[in-house]
Formats: sequence, C-alpha cells, structure tokens
Amino acid sequence: MTVRLPLAPARALELSIDGRTVSVPEGASLLDACRQLGIDVPTLCHAPNLTPVNVCRVCVVEVEGARTLVPSCSRRAEAGMVVKTDSERVRLARRLVMELLASSVDLSTAPEASSFVERFGARPDRFGPPAPAAERGERERRQPGHHAAPRPGAAETVAQPVKLDNPLFVRDLGKCMLCYKCVEACGADAQNTFAIAVAGRGFDARISTELDVPLPDSACVFCGNCIGVCPTGALMFQSEHQLRAAGQWDEAQQSQTDTVCSYCGVGCVITLHAQGGRIVKATSPHDSEVTGGHLCIKGRFGWGFVRSRD
Amino acid sequence: MDLRALESLPSDVERVAIDAVLGPEPAVPSASWSSAQGRRHLLLPALHAAQARVGFVSPGALGYICQRLEVAPAEGFGVASFYALFALGVRPPVALHVCDDIACKAAGVDHLIDGLTREVSASAEHAWHRSPCLGLCEQAPAALYTRAGDPPVERGLGRLTLERAIAALRTGPIAVEPAPALPQRGESGLRLLVRVGHVDPSSLDDYRAHGGYRALRRALEIGPAGVLRELADSGLLGRGGALFPTGRKWEAVARATTRPRYVVCNADESEPGTFKDRVLMEQDPYALVEAMTIAGVTVGAERGFIYLRAEYPLAAERLTHAVAQARLRGLLGDDVLGRGARFEIEIRRGAGAYVCGEETALLASIEGHRGEPRSKPPFPVEVGLFGKPTVINNVETLCNVPFIVEHGASAYRSVGTAGSPGTRLFCVSGRVEQPGVYELAMGVTLGELIARAGGVIGGGAPAAVLLGGAAGSFVGKASLDLRLSFEDTKRQGVTLGSGVVLVLDDSVPLEPILARIAAFFRDESCGQCVPCRVGTVRQEELITRLAKRQPAGSLAGELGLLRELGQVMRDASICGLGQTASSAIESAVERLGAFREGEP
Repeated sequence: MTVRLPLAPARALELSIDGRTVSVPEGASLLDACRQLGIDVPTLCHAPNLTPVNVCRVCVVEVEGARTLVPSCSRRAEAGMVVKTDSERVRLARRLVMELLASSVDLSTAPEASSFVERFGARPDRFGPPAPAAERGERERRQPGHHAAPRPGAAETVAQPVKLDNPLFVRDLGKCMLCYKCVEACGADAQNTFAIAVAGRGFDARISTELDVPLPDSACVFCGNCIGVCPTGALMFQSEHQLRAAGQWDEAQQSQTDTVCSYCGVGCVITLHAQGGRIVKATSPHDSEVTGGHLCIKGRFGWGFVRSRD
Repeated sequence: MDLRALESLPSDVERVAIDAVLGPEPAVPSASWSSAQGRRHLLLPALHAAQARVGFVSPGALGYICQRLEVAPAEGFGVASFYALFALGVRPPVALHVCDDIACKAAGVDHLIDGLTREVSASAEHAWHRSPCLGLCEQAPAALYTRAGDPPVERGLGRLTLERAIAALRTGPIAVEPAPALPQRGESGLRLLVRVGHVDPSSLDDYRAHGGYRALRRALEIGPAGVLRELADSGLLGRGGALFPTGRKWEAVARATTRPRYVVCNADESEPGTFKDRVLMEQDPYALVEAMTIAGVTVGAERGFIYLRAEYPLAAERLTHAVAQARLRGLLGDDVLGRGARFEIEIRRGAGAYVCGEETALLASIEGHRGEPRSKPPFPVEVGLFGKPTVINNVETLCNVPFIVEHGASAYRSVGTAGSPGTRLFCVSGRVEQPGVYELAMGVTLGELIARAGGVIGGGAPAAVLLGGAAGSFVGKASLDLRLSFEDTKRQGVTLGSGVVLVLDDSVPLEPILARIAAFFRDESCGQCVPCRVGTVRQEELITRLAKRQPAGSLAGELGLLRELGQVMRDASICGLGQTASSAIESAVERLGAFREGEP
C-alpha cells in the first residue's frame, strides 16, 4: 500500500484588497483571495471544476501598477499587490461587458448573467434594437476575415435557429456566450472526447463539431457534461426544452433528490430534478468527490426506465 | 481519447501533398499517442499543403490531416476555420485577394473593386476576394495572387489596375516581381537598410562580401555574456510596438533553468500600413538568419522559428533559400561556424490572421492551435513556445542586433535620442510622392520624414497622418513638428507602433478610412473575450451610424458611447488587439473632429 504524504503547506503571501489585508496560500488566484474576504466578485466563464479561460471579463479587478484591468479568476495573487474590486474602471467594465453580452446573446435562460445585467445597471438597448436572426446555416458559412456591412440602426446578435439533431439535448446557440466551458468539459477537463471546439473567428466564432456535422455524426458520446457546465441554457435537455416550449417548465414546482447512480460500480452522485412526478433532468454536484459534477450518458439521460411498467 | 475520423477521404493529389509535409503514412499506425501529439505543430503546414494543391481544404484533406496528426477533427476544424486564407468549401484554383485596406483605399482601390464587381463574375476557374492590408502599401493598390497546383503559384501584385487584375485572374500574373520602392538606396549612414538594393538576396557570398556574418563571428568571440552586455548597453527597444528592452528579454531566457529554449521571429507583420519587415526579408534575408543565429547561440536555444505571414510569398521563398544556404555552409546546423554551437531555423507561415502578430497568439498558432492570445503573466520568456522559455522578437528588432554586436553599444547609441537610441524604419505610404521604407535616426520630425518622402502629392499639405497603423493614432498637420521618438510620441499620447506613417490629404475622405479600420478590428478579433468580440462589432455599428449622420439619439451621446466602448476594450480585453481597437478612431474624433462635419 502506498502511503500518501501530506503535501508541504504552500507558503502564504499577503496582499491588499479594497484596503483590507488578506493572506492566501501561494498559487491562489485573486478570485480566491477576494472570496476569502467575502467579496462577491461576479464570474461567468469560471467554474470550480474547469481550468480558467478568463474570456468573459466580468471578473476583472484593478491592480495597482497594471496598465489594464486583470481577470481575477486566472491572475495569481502576488505578495504586496494592491487590488480594487469596485473602482470606477471596474464598474464601467463590468457594466459594459454585460451590455455587450446582453445585446448580442439571448440570456432568457441564464439567471446568473441576467442578475448581473440588473446588478450593474447595464442597458443593453443602448446599442439599438436587435438585428434579425441569422438563417439556419448562415453563421456557419461565414468566412473569417470577411463580414457583411452592419445593418444601419440595428445591433447584430448571435440569434439563430435551435439545433435539434438528437433525442437527448438541444443546442440553442443564440443563447451561447462563448464561455468555452462545454469545450473544456468535452475535452481535457473532463470527458476527453473532443467532439466540439470553437470554430470560426471573432463575432462569428461558435461552438461546433467538425465541419458542423450533426452531433450523432460527430465524436459526441452524449455524456451531457457540456449541459452540466453551460451557464446560459444554450445546451439543454430535450425534456426541459420541450417543457419550456409548451410553457410548462416551472422550477418552483421541482424537487431535487440526491441519489447514487444505479448503473455501474463507480457510485456517481446524481441529483434528479423532478416536476409533477416525472424526472425532467439529472445533474451532479460539482463538488462531488466522485464525479466533479460530470456524469456519463447513463447517469445523465438514462432515467426513462424509472417510469417503465416492465 | 476516442477519435472519430471524418468519413470523406482525400484525393490522391491531396494525399501526396500532405504526405510531403508529414512524411509517408506509416504501414502500422503509431501506437504512441504522445508521439503524434508532438507533431500537432505540423497542422498549419499540412493545411497549407492541401490548399496549395487544390485551392481549398476539402473534408477529405482535413480528415486525413487530423488522422495523421491524431488531432480531434473538431479541433482541426476549429483551427482551420480560424484563418482567413483557408477555405473549407470548394473554391476555384485561382484566387486574387485584393487589398481594400487603408493605404490601398487612399490609392483609390474602391474604383478598382467596383470594376471587378462589374466585370468579373463567379467562375469555376477563378475568384477574387477583398483582403485586409497585404503589406504592399508603397505599391498600393495591391493584391495577392494564388494559383493552386503543382507547383502552386503565389505572388504579390503591386500598382494594380483593373486591367491587370482581370488579366491576372484570366491568364495569370505577368512574370515580374513587384518592384519595391527603395528610395534610400545608395545613401550613407544606413544600418538596417545598408545592403538593401545592393546585395543579391539569393547569394550568401554576396551577403558576406557586404559584411555579413562578421557579427556572428564577433558574438562567438565575446560569448553570450558579452552579447548580452552590448545589447543591454545599446538600449535597443522592441520594434514591434511594445518597446520592451530586448536585452532584458534575452537575458531572462539565457538565465532560465529549463531547456530546451526557443528563438522565435515575429514576421507576422500585419498592422495595416506596415511593410518594413517585408522589405528587410525580401531584400536582405541573410541578415535575419544571422541575427536569429546570434540570438540562438546567446540564449542557449537550438531551434528558431520564423513565423511569417502567409501574404509574403517572396519573403518566404527568399528566407527558405537563405536558411538552406546557411545550413549548407555550416552557418546553421550542428556546428555553427565550427564552434560547437547548434542552431536550426524553421519557417512557419501564418494563414491570414492579424491577431497572430500578438506574441502568445503567434506561439499558439505555431503549436497548431487557434491563434488565440492568452493572459500574461506568465510571459514567453518563462512560458513560451511549447511551454518553454522563448525569445520572441520582431524582424526589425532582430535586424538591429548584428550592428550592435559588431560595432558595440556606444556606436549604436551615436544616433537617435537618449530614450530611443538607433534608427527606425518608417513605412511611409498614402498620399506622398515617394512612398517606401525610410530608415532615419529616432527623433526626426514628422514633417522632415514626409519631406524625405517627397512631400504630399502635388505639393499640398497633409490633412491627417496615421501613426502606428490601425492600432495607432491620427494626428493633424499641427503635429508636423512632432519628434518621432518613443519618448516624444508617448508625451503626445500617440505611438510609433510598427512605424506606420500613412499620409492623407484632402483628396481622401477620412470617414471611410475610419469605417475600414472599425471593420478591420471586427474581422480580426479572435473572438475569445467579450469586450473585443462584441465591442468591435458595436464600434463598427456606431461608426456606420455616425458616418451616415444617423446617430441613435444625440451626437454627444453617441460619442460618449464610443469613448466608453474604447475604454472598456482597452481596459478589459485579453490582448493588444482589443486594447488598441478604438485608438485610431478615438484619436480622429478627438484631434480631427471626425463625424462632426455638418453638425451645428
């Protein structure tokens, strides 16, 4: 038997955040340091079970001496740093980032992002009414380095038809804020399937399979870990999508039951969400030691048998 | 990892072209995943080979490349679809990429494009496309001609007319290279351009006859410590625009505790209006090879990469030849100059992405990933190419090194200003009599520089000058006394950037130029971070409203929104692209009163 030795304790370092001194272990992020002080720094693309990609920029803070704001989720705390989390510059950046997101992405099923729009007083309508949605396949055909001239008076969005190509989940990329979480969960951070990646460039960048083939023709194994990390509802269980379409989705009426998946011996913790006596989706707590929030196709989708008469 | 291959197969000619880059397919598939992962950096070269053979990257070619390199097809597609010059749908073999960027606009390319729209219809044989700046600004209007085949043809076309554009599309380009304007040829006191126009760019002997390789010899005599000392004392600052002291960069890598280390030359010169590095690489390619070799032996790197923008076919050809000649003559390889040092250079070509000029994006691109920048720190001197300590310098920066090593720091500092020692290459284009690259001591005034370029066409006065490119800023004629040094420009809140001096007169309306700059950043944003990805779209929409005199609400409100967008892109974007995307536009509003004409 191997004996696991305790890791050497990380050295502590001290920094100042909003005038308060905090001591954190070496290697901690500024976000960790802020949270240790109870400072509520907003994040969108950050997830505790994924590598930080620092793309949403809503977690930016001001570090004395730095030319630009820095992303707190990925910037390591350094001894002697003087950090401001609520300066004029930080507030402007957060407000505008939410205005840019909310003016281009449908946040109607993204409760956290929507709450930030409110919290920062963002007014996405400042950029004008949304331009008409793209037709099916139009965004996929765009060539990087070229784009159609802006439609006068309208704000371009990523609105487009929902992709329905499999019985288990839908991809509504009009709701995608390009946080990269699904790509990470599909790739090296969890599933190691690499069925999806970011394709295209700039505003036309999108999450895609190879050559935009439907999911069943791709390497997708339908583990649903992409749904598990999606913060906007762009990736959604068919069950939820259909109930929403019928106006019957009602989270207030839902129960959540933690249980252990019955399929194999790993013992994954799953949370079954039920509405009206029916399971409507399955998740796993991201702090579960067994799953880290990730499941496989059986735990994620294989609960139809519960209501089988056989 | 369970890779699923694309079902389409490559054609025989595609397979041969790809195998020429990747080597023949092994009879037994590689059992080692890690060995294939180590070849992901061949993704771009393989995609180039496929496209150069048939004119586009077919599903079969993409699938075959991904299979050979054991890259997930979704990731391979993500990379290929990132670059403007890779076409993933069927395209005709002949393509003409016509530059409609700022310098070519100032030269009236819009008429030419109207003509092409009118007279050239889509065909199975050829197609033309609009292109961002091709770095041929002194020969504006310009285009890049490509013809797929074996061998493929790629050529930059300068001083383009509608007739020549149509003729090129139909019968191929006439067989002359674009003649670069070398206005200072024969002048004394030149350092970077001293051989340009005199030396035969294909001849290593001629390069040596003009003083080449004396600096490398000297570098080996005085050793790494000596080179680092001269470099530090010279005060050389990076010419890519960020002004980082080159000596400190080299020293950090030389002192790194990890190996291997790399030297990377940033030859992705894509800042609109910039063409100096192209002239250096085309006219004096051995100088860059020598400079990189000095870097390699100084910092203890055994491999160097030149990341060259795809739009420079002549530079690619001449550098490839120069590297091969240097290797043949023992100036590269296992035993450089017989002194036991090992150094190799590989040339990697971009594929149409301005953002790859950002150093971390450039490194990602070489590694076979999307050209997405990452947050710094860590800086490339610690975590660079393949995660290893890396010196990454611009072409012009590197080409300053041989002079410093050969003649010493004090000789280097004998011209220029205290804060900006040495000379600088200025890319003068637009409405001047003699556009071209000018090497002048730092501290020359803007007015003197324009006068050196023959002044404004027809003897008029400049109405506006764009300094530093699309990421730079506009100044008006009140700034003709501005001294072009790092410290003077900084004091004025402008930048020399990549050395762009684009001169506009009253014949060129400013607002379409600003609209083109806004469109450029919208096109070139990598798309990672929200401020840049959406901010550049909103900025272009705003500029369109202002140019049409259709503000949403009051003009003051719109200009306020423009400033807010600018500040947040500057403050919260990951990299320099987003951070400078509003710079030129904001400067034109502030200094030149853009969009206010016709307002009460």
